Amino acid sequence: MIEAVGLTKRYGKTLAVDNLSFSVPSGRVTGFLGPNGAGKSTTMRMILGLDTPTGGTALIDGKRYRDLQQPLRTVGALLDAKWVHPNRSARAHLQWLARSNRLPAKRVDEVLEIVGLTSVAGKRAGGFSLGMSQRLGIAAALLGDPQVLLFDEPVNGLDPEGILWIRKFMHRLAEEGRTVFVSSHLLSEMALTAQELVVIGRGKLISQSSTEDFVTQATENTVRVRSPQLAPLRSALGKLGVSIRDEGEALVVSGMDCADIGELAAREGVVLHELSPQRGSLEEAFMQLTGDSVEYHTEIAEPGVPATLTTAGK
Amino acid sequence: MTTLLATERIKLFTTRSPWWSIVAALGLTIGFAGLVALNHSEGRPLQVEHSQFGIQFGLVVVLVMAALAVTTEYRFSTIRATFQAVPNRSAVLVAKTAVVAVLAAVIGEIAAFGSWTVTRVIAGGPEMAIATGADVRMVAGVGLVYALAAVIAVAVGTLVRQSAGAISILLIWPLLVENLVQLIPGAGPHIHDWMPFVNAERFLNPPEFTTPPIGPWGSLAYLAGVAAALFAAAMVAVNRRDA
Repeated sequence: MIEAVGLTKRYGKTLAVDNLSFSVPSGRVTGFLGPNGAGKSTTMRMILGLDTPTGGTALIDGKRYRDLQQPLRTVGALLDAKWVHPNRSARAHLQWLARSNRLPAKRVDEVLEIVGLTSVAGKRAGGFSLGMSQRLGIAAALLGDPQVLLFDEPVNGLDPEGILWIRKFMHRLAEEGRTVFVSSHLLSEMALTAQELVVIGRGKLISQSSTEDFVTQATENTVRVRSPQLAPLRSALGKLGVSIRDEGEALVVSGMDCADIGELAAREGVVLHELSPQRGSLEEAFMQLTGDSVEYHTEIAEPGVPATLTTAGK
Repeated sequence: MTTLLATERIKLFTTRSPWWSIVAALGLTIGFAGLVALNHSEGRPLQVEHSQFGIQFGLVVVLVMAALAVTTEYRFSTIRATFQAVPNRSAVLVAKTAVVAVLAAVIGEIAAFGSWTVTRVIAGGPEMAIATGADVRMVAGVGLVYALAAVIAVAVGTLVRQSAGAISILLIWPLLVENLVQLIPGAGPHIHDWMPFVNAERFLNPPEFTTPPIGPWGSLAYLAGVAAALFAAAMVAVNRRDA
């Protein structure tokens, strides 16, 4: 269980994280979703006591990170796979971490086995591919067999096989009853990985809900209707209290499906030229929700469409 | 604290730089002593101080090693992994400084006694005996000076957080700044008297032509005071800053 209460971080004039409150339940994978620069990494660093919040607190099982005794036994985290001395071997990296929390030396070999790095344990970590570094980071996070796990953009830059491996791995950790909190700027990835979603933009909470609810809400279905007799149709729909939006020659109706609209049109004697269901994609939905809160727009982007959603984050 | 000391020991010795530093420091000091002994003319017998010429080169290597022990942690962000594993930052800094200082002390003792032994074997006479208190300080004292220098270097490295910057400061300060302050008209020599590495030198090798304001042990205490002040500043910084 992770709890953020009014978490705030200010860098000079910039408010990186703005009065953020959310909770991460155990036994589930909770996604931490937001565009690049939304404050995800800063929030995670504050949870881990690396950065001091300007205001608010982050609690893990009711305690501040700094008050944890041998924190690796409670919280495992992979914030950046490159936080390793390149000339140190994978095993040596895990050895000093294990020693610092009085974990048995044999645990090092166990976690190397779990992530499949046993054969390269003696090699210098600087020569590892991104996928291998990521696995080493996960091994470090698992060292203390912690109940709470944090991963910051763990699939960034990985190949499909690596992504699948991490996704399955997270599910397994959650099934074992652990708290898994994983950040990403990719909604499509989170839709597959996370059961709960904490969505932020520009440091502010946008929503916290189950992934399913978020997706249905965000991708609410609409129907596009084209007709030479728009006026009577609009008034008929208006009486039913559904929401209507003009889109050039057509109406976009939400809250009513194709069949109902078709029957209504028939009763009113309105000729239809088009009656088509519109399903918003997850990406569109995400952009709609966080669009105003994307920090860096690019010039080539279409008006109102942020262009930073699928580019790698750091 | 023993856990943290063991952790920092593993960290230090699982990278290459301390090993190279040990080889370089011992090679420079003992090697230089050997060269001096081989080149000396028969007329003037060698004394203990002649075996210790290389000590200042070893000191430079120790400063670089100690600074790197902390700046590489910032360079590769392993400092964050460290604070994640041990949120008590003061304890981390104490343990790291202790481990580096002990290594520096061991390097210093081996360098000093090694230099002395090599000189004695090559060209030693009865004058090479470690007889007076000054002789003991000159040889056995090197470990103390190296250890305090290591504390200063770790503190500077922690404050600067950057290898190039920290090493520049640590090389330019003892080699240039401390000598150049003498050129300041009037106050120069007095300021010079209170430079930390001048005092390190005076502890090992009392000056023959000037009268220092404090004796050799006073000089060492002063050096320790400077190290303690810098270390305290590093402690404050490391606790206040975001990692």
